[in-house]
Amino acid sequence: MSQDEFRGMLPGNADFTLPRPAEPVRVNGRRPIPEVPPMNGNGHRSLPEPEPDTFDVWDKRVARGLAFLRRRLTGGYQVDDFGFDRELTDAVFQPMLRVLYRDWFRTEVFGIENVPAEGGSLVVANHSGTFALDALMLGTAIRDQHPQERHLRLLGADLVFRMPVVSELARKSGATVACNPDAERLMSSGELVGVFPEGFKGIGKRFADRYKLQRFGRGGFVSAALRTGTPIVPVAIVGAEEIYPILADIKPLARLLGVPYFPVTPTFPWLGPLGLVPLPSKWLIQFCAPIPTAHLTDLADDPMVVYNLADQVRETIQAALLELLEKRPDPFGR
Amino acid sequence: MTSPPSVVVVTGVSRYLGARVAARLAADPRVDRVVGLDPHEPPTALRELLADVELIRADARAASGAIADLGAEALVHLAVTSAPDAQHGRAAMKEQNVIGTMQLLAAAQAAPRLRKLVVRSSTAAYGASFRDPGVFTEDTEPRAVPRGSFARDILDIEGYVRGFRRRRPEVTATVLRFAPFISSTADTTLTRYFAQPVVPTVLGRDARLQFVHVDDALEILHRSVIEEHSGTFNVAGAGILALSQAIRRAGRISFPLPEGTLSTFAGLARNFGVGQIGFDQIDLFVHGRVVDTTRLVDEFRFTPRSTAAAFDDFIKGHANGSSITADRLEAAERAILDGIRRVRAGAVAGGDRR
Repeated sequence: MSQDEFRGMLPGNADFTLPRPAEPVRVNGRRPIPEVPPMNGNGHRSLPEPEPDTFDVWDKRVARGLAFLRRRLTGGYQVDDFGFDRELTDAVFQPMLRVLYRDWFRTEVFGIENVPAEGGSLVVANHSGTFALDALMLGTAIRDQHPQERHLRLLGADLVFRMPVVSELARKSGATVACNPDAERLMSSGELVGVFPEGFKGIGKRFADRYKLQRFGRGGFVSAALRTGTPIVPVAIVGAEEIYPILADIKPLARLLGVPYFPVTPTFPWLGPLGLVPLPSKWLIQFCAPIPTAHLTDLADDPMVVYNLADQVRETIQAALLELLEKRPDPFGR
Repeated sequence: MTSPPSVVVVTGVSRYLGARVAARLAADPRVDRVVGLDPHEPPTALRELLADVELIRADARAASGAIADLGAEALVHLAVTSAPDAQHGRAAMKEQNVIGTMQLLAAAQAAPRLRKLVVRSSTAAYGASFRDPGVFTEDTEPRAVPRGSFARDILDIEGYVRGFRRRRPEVTATVLRFAPFISSTADTTLTRYFAQPVVPTVLGRDARLQFVHVDDALEILHRSVIEEHSGTFNVAGAGILALSQAIRRAGRISFPLPEGTLSTFAGLARNFGVGQIGFDQIDLFVHGRVVDTTRLVDEFRFTPRSTAAAFDDFIKGHANGSSITADRLEAAERAILDGIRRVRAGAVAGGDRR
C-alpha cells in the first residue's frame, strides 16, 4: 500500500464515510432505544409520531378481549354434545396448564409424529400422581407440540363427574365419562381420545411402586377401539410419579370421604393447602408407534383378541417407561 | 296397511299439544274423522282450534268402550302431564299418567281395528345418574329409578307400551321421547323457569340441555300418525346449550344455590302446592340430558330445528324479562372502546400542546 492510498483512507479525506450503524433490533417485544428524531430547521425537536403499530396492537388486543367477554356474557359460543367448550379451553385453561407444563415440569415430548394428524385415535397412557395431573399435561403436550394442535378428549372416572365444579371444568375442557358408548361416539366422529386404563389403581399407588404398570381393567378401551377400527397410540409418561409421592394411604378416612384413597405425601396433609403444590419433577412423554386395529373390527367381542391387544399395549408402555427412566437419571434435574 | 288411518282418536285434547295435534290431523284430508278424548273441558282458548274435532268428554276408563265403538284405527296418546298442577297435585298427575295409560292401552288392546299407536314419552326416560354416557341413544337403559315423579311415570308408561307391543305385535307402536318443548308461546315448567328475570341454578353444575321446538314436535307427531314408523325415537333439536349459556342467551341472571338447598326448597314448595321446580328439574339441571337423534332423522326424513334455534325463538317471545341483552352488551363494548380511543387521542393531543 502506498502512502497516498493510506492517507486516502483516513478521516478528513473527501471520500471517507463512517461505517453505517447497525439497524435497531427489536428485543423482547419492546422497542429498542429510540433513535434521535431528526432536527427541524428551527432547531426545535419535532414530537415523535405516535407509533401506529403499538397503538393498533393494543387497540386490537383490547377490542379482542372485550369481544371475548361479550361472547361469554351473551352465551354466543359453541359447545359440543359432550359439553366441550373449545373457546374457553383455548383462551383460559390451556394457557394456565401451559405454564405448569413448560415452566414447572419442563416437559419434553418424544415421538409426537406418532399421533395421527387427523381422524379418530385412542391415546392410552400410564396413570400416576395422586391427582390426574398427567392427563391434563398429556392434553397440553399434544395441543402444544402436535402440528395440527389437536385437542385430547379425556375419558374420566365417574367420581370426577360426581363432584360439583370439577365435573363442569372437566366437561368444558372436553372430558366425558369413561364408558364405551361415549368413547366409540368420540372416536367415530374423528376425535383424539385419551384413556388411562389403570384408573385409580394407577394414580393411587404408593411411591415404592412407581413406574410399575397396574392391571389394565377389563380392556374395555381395546374393544371400543376395535369396534370403531381406531388406531391405538401407547404413551409413556415419566415424571408424574414424583409430584405427590404417596407414602401411605389412610383407608378409613378415604371410606369416610367416599374417595378411593386418602394420600399421605411428604407435604400433604401436613402443610395444608401448601401440600397441594406439586413437586417440580422433570417430565418426559413418549408417544409410541400406533397399533392399527382396522383389520380386527370383527373380533371386537373376542375376549382373547381383546386381552392380547391390551397386553401388547401394556408391554409397550412399560418398555417405553423404562427407556425414559434411563434418559432421566435425576427426577428433579433440569 | 300403509294407507293413512281413517279414524284417529287423540287423548289429552284439553291441553295445548293435544289440541294442536288433533286440529292438524283434522285438517289433513287423508284422515276422515278425528275424535278428541279428554276428561276435562278444553279451555276457550283452544276451542277455535278444535272446531273440526269431535270431542268426547270421558276419562280413560269410560273411553275403553268408545275406542272400539268408534272403530279407531289410530290412537294418539298425549294425555301425559309433565308437572303436577296446583289444583289437583301429584295424585291426580299420577292418576292421569300411569293409571290413565294403563286403562287406555287395555282399551286399545281390545279394539279390533286398531293398527297404530303413538305415545308421547320424554327423554326423562333415561333417568339421571353420574355414570350415564354423555349422549343417550334409544337403546340406553336407565341406570337407576329416577327420583322425579314425571320420570318415574314415564318409565311406567313405557313399560305398559312394551306390554302392549307384546300382546298386539301387529299394531305399529311409535314411542316418541321428546326433549323439553320450547317455542315463543309454549307454556311449560321449563319455559316459565327461563322466563323469570333471576333464574336459580345448581351451584357447581352446568347441565347440558336440549330442546325441541313445538312446531317440529307437531310435525313428527303428525307424520307418525299418517306414515308408518314403528319403534322408539328420540325427538330433540341437534346440538346443545349449557344451562349457563341458555340463561345468558336469554339475558337472565343466574342465581346458583347448593343442590341440597334447592332440593329442600323444591320439597317445601311441593308440600304447599306451589311447585315451580321439582326433582325432575333439579335432576335435569344436575345431570343434563343429551340424546342422539340419528334414528329419528333417518326414519322420518325430517330434521327438527337445532336446540339453539328453538331457544332463539323462545327468547324472541320473552324479551321483556331480560336484563343483560346482547344489544346492551354490544353498546357497552363499543362505548368502552370509543372511550379508550378518545382518552388516548386526548393524551396524544395533550402531548402535542406541551
